[in-house]
Amino acid sequence: MGLDFSVVPGYLDTILIGVLWTIAITVCSAILSFFGGILFAVTALYAPWILRLPVRFFAWLFMGTPLLLQLFLIYFGLVELGIDLPAFVAGVIGLGLHFAVYNSELIQTAILAVDKGQMEAARTLGCSRGQALRKVVIPQAVRDVIPPIGNNMIALLKDSALVSVIGVSELTLSSQLAIGRTYRPFEFYAVAALFYYIVNLGMEAVLRKIERKTALSR
Amino acid sequence: MTEANKFVDIRHAQKSYGELEVLKDISLSVDRGEIVAIIGPSGSGKSTLLRAINDLDPLTGGEVWLDGVQINKDLPYRQYEKHINAMRQQVGMVFQHFNLFPHLSVRDNVTMAPKMLKGISDAEANALAEEQLKHVGMLERIDYFPSQLSGGQKQRVAIARALAMKPKLMLFDEATSALDPELVEEVNLVMKRLAEEHMTMIIVTHEMDFAASVCDRVIFMDKGVVVEEGPPSVVFQNPTEERTREFLRKHLSQYAEGAK
Ligand SMILES: Nc1ncnc2c1ncn2[C@@H]1O[C@H](COP(=O)(O)OP(=O)(O)OP(=O)(O)O)[C@@H](O)[C@H]1O
Ligand SMILES: [Mg+2]
Repeated sequence: MGLDFSVVPGYLDTILIGVLWTIAITVCSAILSFFGGILFAVTALYAPWILRLPVRFFAWLFMGTPLLLQLFLIYFGLVELGIDLPAFVAGVIGLGLHFAVYNSELIQTAILAVDKGQMEAARTLGCSRGQALRKVVIPQAVRDVIPPIGNNMIALLKDSALVSVIGVSELTLSSQLAIGRTYRPFEFYAVAALFYYIVNLGMEAVLRKIERKTALSR
Repeated sequence: MTEANKFVDIRHAQKSYGELEVLKDISLSVDRGEIVAIIGPSGSGKSTLLRAINDLDPLTGGEVWLDGVQINKDLPYRQYEKHINAMRQQVGMVFQHFNLFPHLSVRDNVTMAPKMLKGISDAEANALAEEQLKHVGMLERIDYFPSQLSGGQKQRVAIARALAMKPKLMLFDEATSALDPELVEEVNLVMKRLAEEHMTMIIVTHEMDFAASVCDRVIFMDKGVVVEEGPPSVVFQNPTEERTREFLRKHLSQYAEGAK
């Protein structure tokens, strides 16, 4: 039997809802990973050891173990501790923290690379170190790592397929559902791939826009 | 004159980096409204002394007083931070490399600190930015970013940023040495204007002409000590110390060659 894409339109609504879930989980996780990344970076660099050590431990845990395992741990493992998170929330936390750790590494390097004169100028005006970090150093560090953070966010979009295993009916799981009914894996996986690619293009367009907007502030 | 009358008072300033003693027991004072130039060869400790005044490079010995308050007080960390931030609000500083905040517009460069530290409203902040930028002739660039300005314009904005905190004292560390020659004058003019308004200023400079025409007093430093000080007419035309003469000979001949 050859390929038959005529089965696809009948399941387009299922697939499109999957696309929406994929976008939702990607955007929520991206936001968490962005702000979490800044928070982890500042903690890792400046917090007293009582905060720094746990953050280091979590960073080590999230970088050193498979994302799939982290998702299982958050979704199934935490239930044993009485924390029963909805699959979507567990997925966002898992993806968000995982990528926050990677973003944090980028942001730490960028913070240390901001010209020392910037901190000095802010301190000279009377700002505290915290104020200078918040208003002067961190914004510049974040601006400097927008391109590599963007790459992380595209990796995040692709890894969002993993949350299908804890039952979030995003694009991959929706496709599997359609395949289960029609026994047409190639067609639906191809369609899913196409939609991932389209969302990817959309993200890249947004990133380019942000980069253009920040070009003047260099 | 009693101790209390000295506006800026540096007492036995001493600074070492490990074995290297960069400032050796320097004492000097500056009156309110006085304009002082610090000159001297590279590595003589001019920047270190200037940066010790607002404790950017803390002294290893001695005291710095401003208007009756000790700046480098020995306090527990938290109290010290509060104290030094309050003191630094009263001391403006201008750097050789401007150090404008590149991610902020000219307006926000000027208003960032006053808004955050003095809690002024947006309307007040805008009025302040306009007033200060007008003062340095940069009002029409208020919505530009630093990357869109020439070096001279950047330095004028940096001066406006410092003035927006309404400091009692301004410190300049070679404010014009990073500028192309044709941009030096616009910054010098702004500094001259401040001098006419009787701002107290301590100016580290390599420009002898500027020091001679603007400053009330010239301090010549070498190897961490004040070798000679006095009015420009005396220090430049009739220096008593051989080291001063030698420095001026080099510097003025360089200047003469450049002028040919
Ligand atoms: N962080 C530091 N660690 C070690 N030595 C330093 C440090 N900063 C300055 N020095 C040394 O202190 C001395 C005085 O430096 P300073 O920058 O005050 O000189 P300067 O008179 O401003 O020179 P220039 O005209 O080149 O700016 C120099 O020998 C310099 O090498
Ligand atoms: Mg210097």
